[in-house]
Amino acid sequence: MSLDHADVKKIAHLARLDVNDEKMVSIAEDLSNILDLVEQLSAVDTEGVVPMAHPLHMAQRLRSDEVTEADRRETFQSIAPQTETGLYLVPKVIE
Amino acid sequence: MHNKSITELAAGLRAGEYSSVELTQYFLDRIQRLDGGLNSFVTVCSDEALSAAQAADQQLKSGGAGPLAGIPIAHKDIFCTEGIRTTCGSKMLESFISPYDATVVTRLKAAGVVNLGKTNMDEFAMGSSNETSYYGAVRNPWDTETVPGGSSGGSAACVAARLAPVATGTDTGGSIRQPAALCGITGLKPTYGRVSRYGMIAFASSLDQAGPMTTSAEDAAIMLQAMAGFDQRDSTSADQPVPDYSAGLEDDLTGLKIGLPKEYFGEGLDADVAKSVEEAIAEYKKLGAEVVEISLPNTHLAVPTYYVVAPAECSSNLSRFDGVRYGHRCEDPKDLEDLYKRSRAEGFGDEVKRRILIGTYALSAGYYDAYYLKAQQVRHLISDDFKRAFEQVDVIMGPTAPDTGFRIGEKANDPVSMYLSDIYTIAVNLAGLPGISIPVAPAAGKPTGLQIIGNYFAEAKLLNVAHRLQMATDYHKAAPANIE
Repeated sequence: MSLDHADVKKIAHLARLDVNDEKMVSIAEDLSNILDLVEQLSAVDTEGVVPMAHPLHMAQRLRSDEVTEADRRETFQSIAPQTETGLYLVPKVIE
Repeated sequence: MHNKSITELAAGLRAGEYSSVELTQYFLDRIQRLDGGLNSFVTVCSDEALSAAQAADQQLKSGGAGPLAGIPIAHKDIFCTEGIRTTCGSKMLESFISPYDATVVTRLKAAGVVNLGKTNMDEFAMGSSNETSYYGAVRNPWDTETVPGGSSGGSAACVAARLAPVATGTDTGGSIRQPAALCGITGLKPTYGRVSRYGMIAFASSLDQAGPMTTSAEDAAIMLQAMAGFDQRDSTSADQPVPDYSAGLEDDLTGLKIGLPKEYFGEGLDADVAKSVEEAIAEYKKLGAEVVEISLPNTHLAVPTYYVVAPAECSSNLSRFDGVRYGHRCEDPKDLEDLYKRSRAEGFGDEVKRRILIGTYALSAGYYDAYYLKAQQVRHLISDDFKRAFEQVDVIMGPTAPDTGFRIGEKANDPVSMYLSDIYTIAVNLAGLPGISIPVAPAAGKPTGLQIIGNYFAEAKLLNVAHRLQMATDYHKAAPANIE
């Protein structure tokens, strides 16, 4: 399996990662090598095998929908790059 | 002083030979004097450590303190520590100060430990050599031209150099056991769910597990005792009783059935490492154990399976780093997409980006079934191999890593060859089993490890088996000659 520039560009967009054009060649090559390693899996007969989602096959624990944590908004926002009046700031998204 | 076990240090504290403040200052001095050549710490927190030591001294005076009270330790920089920077080895979190403690940190604090600082690691725990850290490579104290292994390379190097008596680590595909082997120390990865993942920065959530890194199995038992247990804040935490891990350490091994998977002794294993591992197994036979050849036929599929599952989970977990709530944010973003893309491109290093991209690809529309679903099916086959083996044997043994510490830079430009460093450890994470690496006779003069794999929640058995070898031999007492 080998990926070309267009593939890498598309994947990088899905991952919201800026990829430098100069690095495109080496990234495409590295990713293709990793996919070659992974390729062995396609030859394995897995007909009827249940995908393993949890090593101990445990069911997801549920809790009642109650507030259990104290409000620490100010503490949490104190480490944010940019906030204003309790809101996180990002560039304008709606004109 | 620095070669003493936790039990010995605890006895010294109680006998009044030294206070926790003196003990802490002693290790802080060692770090200051020796870590310049190793780079095993990202952050040293002298002030916090000394005030915790003062509190521990009070606690010791008033009695009732546990075995870890006043003992200095180091935390891998993946565990969130309130008020102390947590970088996870990344530029992304260069100035991140967590607003809360990880459960592992909380529990160890409650046990009275003194945190000396945060240890260096591969960025977001992605690496097997500690070279992917934004804060520079860690050097192996046995030979500073070679790597200490990874991703818990800082923890392994600082314990090997006796800059801290014990440290915490995390293991997603071998990140506790492989560096333990390469640095000649003891490293335990517990059963998935045994130790809480709350506050431990997530890499691959179905594989990540925290554990102790120590100079002996005896110390590992004391550390695990404090770390293990159910935590309602971790949705995959195992609600299982925690046994007394020190109680059975000296149990007799007569009749213990050891399985040796033929796949772990084949092609790719360094001849000197094989010799050291065989020597340790011969020692177990002298202790009354029985050796059985077994087969784990899907072993060769573990690395390919891992490099779908782990990157897929990583791409999902690391999507939280978006430059909005915490972490690195780029300058002057022109719009929201630019903010995301540039913050992430600037904050993450090459290996992390590679894994995010592979994971994103494996989960993307049209490829999900071929990669992720297929890998999760093969994961089941790998897990079933172990299930069958444990119907026959009590523990499984083999080498921890195929090689000893390689030179810094040697594999840095060849990701796939680096991935093969974890060929014997990865399957254990995929199956969720516990595994321990303990030092054996040096391979051509370099530290190497024996891996012992147990059945689910058999940590006490692993510690017992490891401790018996450490009672009969001195491999674990060897320390690097150039570090005094």
